[in-house]
Amino acid sequence: MVELALPPSDAHAAVRLRGVTKVYDNGTVALGPLDLNIRKGEFVSLLGSSGCGKSTALRLIAGLIAPSAGTVDVAAQSSSQAIGFVFQEPTLMPWSTIRENVRLPLKLAHMPDAQSSARVDEALAQVGLADFADAYPRELSGGMKMRASLARALVTEPDILLMDEPFAALDEITRFRLNNDLLTLWRELGKTVIFVTHSVFESVYLSQRVVVMTSRPGRVSAECRIEAAEPRDDAFRTSVAYAGYCRDVSQALMQASDAQVSAAKAQA
Amino acid sequence: MKGLEPLPSVDRASAMPGSIVWPVVVFIAGIVLWDLVVRIGEIPPYLLPGPLLVFKTLIADWPILSESLGVTLLTALEGFIAAAIGGIALALLFNQSKWLEYALLPYAIVLQVTPVIAIAPLMLIYLPQQTAVVVCAWIVAFFPVLANTTLGLNSVDRNLVGLFQLYRASRWQVLRYLELPAALPFILGGLRIAGGLSLIGAVAAEIAAGAAGAGSGLAYRISESSYRLNIPRMFAALLLLSVAGIVIYMLLALVSHGLLRRWHESALRKEK
Repeated sequence: MVELALPPSDAHAAVRLRGVTKVYDNGTVALGPLDLNIRKGEFVSLLGSSGCGKSTALRLIAGLIAPSAGTVDVAAQSSSQAIGFVFQEPTLMPWSTIRENVRLPLKLAHMPDAQSSARVDEALAQVGLADFADAYPRELSGGMKMRASLARALVTEPDILLMDEPFAALDEITRFRLNNDLLTLWRELGKTVIFVTHSVFESVYLSQRVVVMTSRPGRVSAECRIEAAEPRDDAFRTSVAYAGYCRDVSQALMQASDAQVSAAKAQA
Repeated sequence: MKGLEPLPSVDRASAMPGSIVWPVVVFIAGIVLWDLVVRIGEIPPYLLPGPLLVFKTLIADWPILSESLGVTLLTALEGFIAAAIGGIALALLFNQSKWLEYALLPYAIVLQVTPVIAIAPLMLIYLPQQTAVVVCAWIVAFFPVLANTTLGLNSVDRNLVGLFQLYRASRWQVLRYLELPAALPFILGGLRIAGGLSLIGAVAAEIAAGAAGAGSGLAYRISESSYRLNIPRMFAALLLLSVAGIVIYMLLALVSHGLLRRWHESALRKEK
């Protein structure tokens, strides 16, 4: 079941998953049981191999799918605009301009255009697309489309931003740029960010905490706190501390994988 | 923002001259070849009239032929409008209710697979002549609109559906802002097919109506010319039908291009 709001005692909690499992109709056990706590304003990465259930966890938090068992508690989910979601693909409507794509969540909330225009312009400026508001998605590069997708997620001023491997398909330079821009936005706006990735390096660079998940069915295998100084920039990428965190997280990921293989062998 | 470069914008409109010139060249070559065959073979006009004679007949018989053309075009237009409205409306109903789709789709397929030339005589018994002809045009043109619109409504990006779900969009909002725009290229494709088919349906029904002793459309003129061995007029009427079909197709293609040119791959020129 999905709770509409967290109990008052958890004033600092943004998301809480308790014993959550997800079994799809075809019998695939994607998750579970998964326990996870995320504080308000925290930047957390869910790291794991492909198919380990990271995206499923994100969709459960967004309320796009229901858990088979366990509870998903999300703070302030009573509003339809409390959560912003950035998909793996830009997921833009090709028939609409970038401005209209970004305006969509406000339009669905019945906000008149005259009222929403300022917020749309602000969101576009935040992601550096103010000059491309009247372009169509096909006219933009992959990185710019992803920025538009991010602007659409931000336009409702959500409390929680869910990002499902948003930069996975981008080239390295564009990805680095977007990583930096995302960190800047997170610092400025103070959102809770849950970021799904299968990149150790990206998770370490972005997050305050990396949650390492086992292979399917996904469970929390380890949690690594990244206590690097803020604000992080390209200098952090080449630092000894960064390399150390990457090594620790890589080891945790390998252990998660090994543990899963051993468990499977034991079961066999 | 650094490094933000939009992709070059390309439009198929700039490729239009080539797409017009080559068909015209082929057309002129065909006319010349036709004329040569008639002249060299000394073929009599009651077997195969030359292009010049057909053109002269077209001018001479224009009052009769233009009136018949008007009748046929009006029938085709009525059948097309009925097919467009009926096909899109039924596809929307199918989209709202799977049960309705299961219940009605087999009958829509039955209408599609039964030859209209076999249905037309029955329609002429049960309905007034003009209504029967329009119904035949509708039967032929209706299915492509239904099938294409249904396909379009079912081909929406799953992530976009999830996005609308996330923002708790109403059923109407999903239809208006997502499903209908996403289905638009499919709907327009169906309408382009339906335009030509409505003309075919109208002609087939007119032939059946003509055989029943009534009718004044172009198909009737063709039948009448055939009985009287007035082959030049038959060719002139056929020419008018072909031109009408081409004009209908081009008009619908123009509408389609206008609506899709900014965003859909089908209306965009390949980048060089």
